[in-house]
Amino acid sequence: MVSSGETPVQFEANRLKHIQSKRSNSVALRIVKQGRIGYATTTELGDSQKLVNNAVETAQFGMTAKFELPSLTSYPQIEAYDLDVESVSLEKMIELGDKLVATVKSHTPDILCEAGVTKGTVSVRIINSRGGEANYRKSIFSLGIEGTLIRDTDMLFVGEGESSCHPLLEPKAVGEAVLWQLELAKNQASVPSQPLPVVFTPNGIASALIPPLMAAFNGKTVLEGASPIGNRLGQPVFDKKLWLRDDPTIAYRPGSRPCDDEGIPSQRTPLIEQGTVANFLYDLQTAALAHTQSTGNGSRSRGGLPTPSPSAFIIAPGKTSFDEMVKDMKEGLVIEQLMGASQGNILGGDFSGNVLLGYKVENGKIVGRVKDTMVSGNIYQILKQITAIGSEAKWVGGFLNTPPLYCPSLSVASK
Amino acid sequence: MPHIEVVGHQLAEALNGYSADYIEAHLEESQSSYITYRGRELESMGRTTAVGGNIRALVRGGWGFTSFNNLDELPGKVELAVKQARLVGSRESKLAAVEPVVDAVPAKIDKNPVAMPLAEKKQLLDEYNDIIWHTPKLQTSIISYGDSHKKAIFLSSSGSYIEQERADITLRLTAVATKGNEVQQTGLSLGSRGDFRLIQGRHQQVEQMAQHAVELLSAPQVKGGEYTVVLDPVLAGVFVHEAFGHLSESDFVYENDRLRQIMTLGKNFGSSELNIVDSAATPGLRGSYKYDDEGVPATKTYLIREGKLVGRLHSRETAAKMKEKPTGNARAINYHYPPIVRMTNTYIEPKSAPFEDIIGGIKEGVYAKNWYGGMTSMEMFTFSAGEAYMIRNGKLAEALRPVVLTGNVFNTLKNIDAIGNDLEMNQGGGCGKGGQMPLPVSNGSPHIRIRHCLIGGR
Repeated sequence: MVSSGETPVQFEANRLKHIQSKRSNSVALRIVKQGRIGYATTTELGDSQKLVNNAVETAQFGMTAKFELPSLTSYPQIEAYDLDVESVSLEKMIELGDKLVATVKSHTPDILCEAGVTKGTVSVRIINSRGGEANYRKSIFSLGIEGTLIRDTDMLFVGEGESSCHPLLEPKAVGEAVLWQLELAKNQASVPSQPLPVVFTPNGIASALIPPLMAAFNGKTVLEGASPIGNRLGQPVFDKKLWLRDDPTIAYRPGSRPCDDEGIPSQRTPLIEQGTVANFLYDLQTAALAHTQSTGNGSRSRGGLPTPSPSAFIIAPGKTSFDEMVKDMKEGLVIEQLMGASQGNILGGDFSGNVLLGYKVENGKIVGRVKDTMVSGNIYQILKQITAIGSEAKWVGGFLNTPPLYCPSLSVASK
Repeated sequence: MPHIEVVGHQLAEALNGYSADYIEAHLEESQSSYITYRGRELESMGRTTAVGGNIRALVRGGWGFTSFNNLDELPGKVELAVKQARLVGSRESKLAAVEPVVDAVPAKIDKNPVAMPLAEKKQLLDEYNDIIWHTPKLQTSIISYGDSHKKAIFLSSSGSYIEQERADITLRLTAVATKGNEVQQTGLSLGSRGDFRLIQGRHQQVEQMAQHAVELLSAPQVKGGEYTVVLDPVLAGVFVHEAFGHLSESDFVYENDRLRQIMTLGKNFGSSELNIVDSAATPGLRGSYKYDDEGVPATKTYLIREGKLVGRLHSRETAAKMKEKPTGNARAINYHYPPIVRMTNTYIEPKSAPFEDIIGGIKEGVYAKNWYGGMTSMEMFTFSAGEAYMIRNGKLAEALRPVVLTGNVFNTLKNIDAIGNDLEMNQGGGCGKGGQMPLPVSNGSPHIRIRHCLIGGR
């Protein structure tokens, strides 16, 4: 059973435009009948008979259940709820949004901003017929801003966001990140069509490299034989400097929770250790089919039956500062946002996208933003040999914490 | 829980008793089912029922919105929306005038797909999955089927009361081939406005898709750079949606003075052969309807006619602020969201060029087919092809790995120099905007040729 409430305050064209309040309730029922899985969901909390009937009907055809549900168990104490979130007033949220917009506009007066300040809570209750039971609450607060600057027919897009289980009452860092982007994008620079060294910022990593990694470490992809690293457990596949884990246990992060959607206790799961494939992510059924244990990654995030899904990807920081990476490049690119990168053969690790926000580096200095530029690569080639891993890790979208990555060469095509 | 009709009629009487410039309510009842396969076996099957609604209020130009599953105590929810709107509002409310409508629109399908026996749906998917699994060297398959049937009531403080039903079906099939650590995939997306027959009988297409995944294992990757490209109707449909459709959505434009200057009606965007249309009024497609989610009748809107910008898509608010006519393009994916300006069925009108003529003169180019997806930032857009082939000396040559194409709306449309005679509408897509995804839309085109199109590659 999940019930949630969310209050987004939205700004459009630099002005307060919408206040919304959204409440939703739903129940999902998974049954095993004659060994087969049935499943139904509803928002009508009063009509349990219909819910049961629907689940029974689907159980005629469902997959054979290979797992056993958890009995009553104890969960780790993971903080993800802050009472103060709910008590942030609408007036305070409006003030935060106004401040964000004002910060960006004071730097670039003719920019048009959309901003959002959102508070929300979710409560989750899981019970099963083996006596298992889990209850938890979570609070989420987020701030975000996107700016569009139009000069003739040239458009520049900048943006930044932050989220937490605590109220975020100081929008300064988000505003400054946008100012940094605007500053670097002041001039335009041209790029040759040839392989170039590239620094992916945390935002750039999220848009280009994460979707293929998520697919590759999904236990289900592995089970089907469709993951390029499925048979490489314990083998060095990535650069030795690379460490990646899934971690739902960090206090007050939006991806954190005491258990997954099947009531399996949360755990930290190392995925890449020193470049070696360490684990894959599993829910109960997939783990049973693969003859292993659930990693507590059963997620019903798309409304269906639980399926393996990361809670939060954490890439361990390295030793090189962003400035040192830029200084090291004679000619190269910094990629902040790739558009369309996850439209290709994600399973195979390929990505290709238009550089929506990125900067050209010449002789160790960022000289301006690039346009009409495509980059293409394959994450297994790129992450095999990394020049340096950044020392400054950052949260992106609440579900990824990563430093910048400096890669020796990426294919670039430009007009 | 009371039926939404009962709740709707009670609410209709009460909506005028609040101090707001305008209030509307949406109430919805929906049923859906889904079936997925990953690999040889059915992976999951489920049924969902949902009831919910929302209230939207406008006070002095500011919007308040509240959504819920619980239909009790609606007067309190109306008050909350009005209170929120009052906190936002600081200017004058502007909404384009429309006649209040009282109407009931049935789904107009022979058979509700959600109510069909699950065994019948599974039978078809089993057949398609068997075809994929009978393809030599194929590693696995992913199939995702979904259907829904929805009854929605729209009512407003100006006296509209509209009941509309609609059904929707989507089917996405993916074939995955592997060789060593190499993984390649191909996909096929089908859909219909609730008619199950339209996704039946596609066995041959499924077979071709599966075989192509295996072929891709030995296909080379294109060298990145500028090419003359020919797009098939499916991909050209995605192209017109991404490259131009989103820019014609007035909510991007109406409060943006610079963009308004760029998007002046009459501005030249392409050759005199180029006509681009968005039409929810064309019946039977996934983006078709009689009234949008603000109760405005659907229209057929020319966006580009003979190469010139002649229209754009509006909600009541954007139409009023731009002093243009409302087009009935305000849509929400469901009651959790307020309606925003969206496309419906978007297409390039056919002209005369046969396919052979379109590729005939190309010395070296790329023929791109089928879609993975597309995205736009208004000025720039990318869209990706599920299949691609080199064109050499006017003929189709070797298969390529899937390609991602990119362009700039102000140049790329002008670079279209041939438009075919074979319009096809693709019903397999879904559009995302403002966190609302996937919205049922369709898009289409005949074959088109584009000069100087940038393709990513090795």
